[in-house]
Amino acid sequence: MPQVKEREGSGIVRGRGGGGNGGGNEPGGLEAFPVPTARLGLWIFMAVATVLFSALVSAYLVRMNLPDWKSLSEPGLLGLNTALLALASLFLQRAAWASRRYDLGATRRNLQLGGLLGFAFVAGQLLAWSQFQAMGYFLVSNPSASFFYLMTALHGLHLLGGLVAWGVVGSRVPPSALSVQLCTTYWHFLLLVWLVLYGLLLLT
Amino acid sequence: MAHSHPGYHDHHIGPEPQSWWTKYVFSQDHKVIAFQYVLTALFVGAVGMGLSWLMRLQLGFPGKVELINPTVYYQAVTQHGMIMVIYLLTALLLGGFGNFLVPLMLGARDMAFPFVNMLSFWAYFLSVVVLLASFFVPGGATGAGWTLYPPQSILKGTPGSDWGIILMLVSLLLFIVAATMGGLNYVTTVLQLRTKGMTLMRMPLAVWGIFVATVLALLAFPALFVGGVMLLLDRTVGSSFFLPAIVQFGQQLPREGGSPLLFQHLFWYFGHPEVYIVILPAMGIVSELIAVHSRKPIFGYPMMVLSIVVIGALSFIVWAHHMYTSGMNPYFGFLFAVTTLIVAIPSAVKVYNWVLTLWRGNIHLTTPMLFAIAFLNTFLIGGLTGLLLGNVIIDFPLQDTYFVVAHFHMVMGVAAIVAIFGGIYHWFPKATGRMMNETLGKVHFWITFVGTYAMFLPMHHIGLTGVPRRYFGFENLQFIPESVRDLNVFITVVALIVGAGQLVFAYNLVHSIFWGKKVGDNPWRAATLEWQTPTPPPHGNWGDQPPPPVYRWAYDYSVPGEKEDFIPQTRPQVTAGAGGGGE
Repeated sequence: MPQVKEREGSGIVRGRGGGGNGGGNEPGGLEAFPVPTARLGLWIFMAVATVLFSALVSAYLVRMNLPDWKSLSEPGLLGLNTALLALASLFLQRAAWASRRYDLGATRRNLQLGGLLGFAFVAGQLLAWSQFQAMGYFLVSNPSASFFYLMTALHGLHLLGGLVAWGVVGSRVPPSALSVQLCTTYWHFLLLVWLVLYGLLLLT
Repeated sequence: MAHSHPGYHDHHIGPEPQSWWTKYVFSQDHKVIAFQYVLTALFVGAVGMGLSWLMRLQLGFPGKVELINPTVYYQAVTQHGMIMVIYLLTALLLGGFGNFLVPLMLGARDMAFPFVNMLSFWAYFLSVVVLLASFFVPGGATGAGWTLYPPQSILKGTPGSDWGIILMLVSLLLFIVAATMGGLNYVTTVLQLRTKGMTLMRMPLAVWGIFVATVLALLAFPALFVGGVMLLLDRTVGSSFFLPAIVQFGQQLPREGGSPLLFQHLFWYFGHPEVYIVILPAMGIVSELIAVHSRKPIFGYPMMVLSIVVIGALSFIVWAHHMYTSGMNPYFGFLFAVTTLIVAIPSAVKVYNWVLTLWRGNIHLTTPMLFAIAFLNTFLIGGLTGLLLGNVIIDFPLQDTYFVVAHFHMVMGVAAIVAIFGGIYHWFPKATGRMMNETLGKVHFWITFVGTYAMFLPMHHIGLTGVPRRYFGFENLQFIPESVRDLNVFITVVALIVGAGQLVFAYNLVHSIFWGKKVGDNPWRAATLEWQTPTPPPHGNWGDQPPPPVYRWAYDYSVPGEKEDFIPQTRPQVTAGAGGGGE
């Protein structure tokens, strides 16, 4: 346990020390970017996820121009779900701000609220699926419906992965500032991805 | 943080594991994970080679082997391609060499996220299990061709369309998860965990190759993931992402409108970078071998780095050259032909620089060096036929012939595997503290090298005469001359010999682990960092000391005025020592 925290701690210090270099006959140069290693790892992961969703969106754009495509009428619940996800993002942002002030109480409160809203979003999406089926759109009704299920499922899986990380971070006493901030970054990213996907569904 | 000083971070890794399970099975040590990757990949590669024998037996002696019917033949073709490209080459170069070399060459204690690294191997292992399991399900493994093009890959009549294709896709998805978890590690480690003084432009070229290839993998595999999930849904629940209106065995299927071409784009958006995911680490490894075994600094290091990066960038805008014959707009084809031919420039820069590195070098024809030279000429020959095929007008008649088969086997099959062999012979003493047997190594080399040309030069000729690939039998095809049948017999015999010759390598590998000649820490007298630590490297790689700082590039060989013909990266620059840092 202490070892984990130490690694993250050194990450934060490194943010300022990257260019310092030890002196002696050191020829200089940067050995690491001035960001914590875990944050860089998250960025790279988000880049991979971006390519994934871009490929999905490109396939959507190609497929929608073929003659058998029928436009969907999205369940209204999706608007509410979007609001839930945006709120989750907001509370996690507040948690991140609180962690910078070392305000442990506020960090935990906002972190918990943000995660619960994340769960609410997932539950809302599942509800939207059942509404969607009640409207007569099944997985194979039309490629537009297939894409709807596929996109919400892939996005939901990424969110569930985020919730696992959230659970791990929240169970640490006290949660480290960096990991709270990483959760926040990931939530913002998922909100952004969802807005793109939702916008695409609404517009087409 | 206690041991780290400003501007330098010692990466903290867990304590050395004590139990057998955590030490050898669920290990988080990058070296153990590397060996796990190498052994699994070599095993599955042996299966892939066995499948190529089945193919060759049918082509050389059609109808003589009872076992081989069209179903078995197409399954062998498909699984041979899939296994060799993904489960052998990609896994061995990134998972094997990437894991072993990146932390050791950069002076890191381990990968950035050792736990994720362990998960990466086990996800890969699971993907291999699922892949091999597909041979034993009803209907057998898929025989759709390694590109898995719909609609034929998921329709009845194609071998393995019941379960084989489902397991194939699941296995691929697992592999992509594994490659992503591994890739996150390699990239983050390269960017963040280099030892003091190890600037990007001092990194050995092997690390550069692995690094850029990993970036490609991270950006290319998601497209295959999306395509794979969509194809899986088309097969299992009956969606029509890719399936057009189609009649199967006289029955109209309840689908319409899907686009098979969409899958081809998703597949090749991954598939072309995949070629460079394999060849860039191989180029990096070969650069190390050539510098060390010719005792020469690598010629034009900055250009070598730049060409790796440029090849990597170009690989994302050439994918449609695999689809010239798919009926695309000719202007589109022209665009892709231009980008494809531009790849020749950075590739040629690399070949020139390797040759100029060898030029007047003190060349030691050790087994690793022989394999490195084999890489140079197989890559060169395969690259030149690539220039032919990159032109739309030449590709049209050749696309579906054995010329393409011969081309990609030379340029990315044989070239990559000889680089792997060279790398294994070269780094084996680092991993085990023992040498592999040189005589057996040379026997292995000559069988493989001569065999390669004996197999693939005639295959180019067969392709030029217009013999189509993917055919099970040619018995009643009048346009195929008798000489082609003789050549096919010849190729098959050579393939059997070359395949059996790999047993020499297998024996050498196993025998040398236990009984090889013991050597010191740096038997090749190499300058890179991995040779400056005890052999085999302990847990944490550098003992209780912080990893050694680095003062120079990786290729100070035969420096005039020096007693030794190499200077390790850890030796301070003399001039800088006098001045001092003044901090």
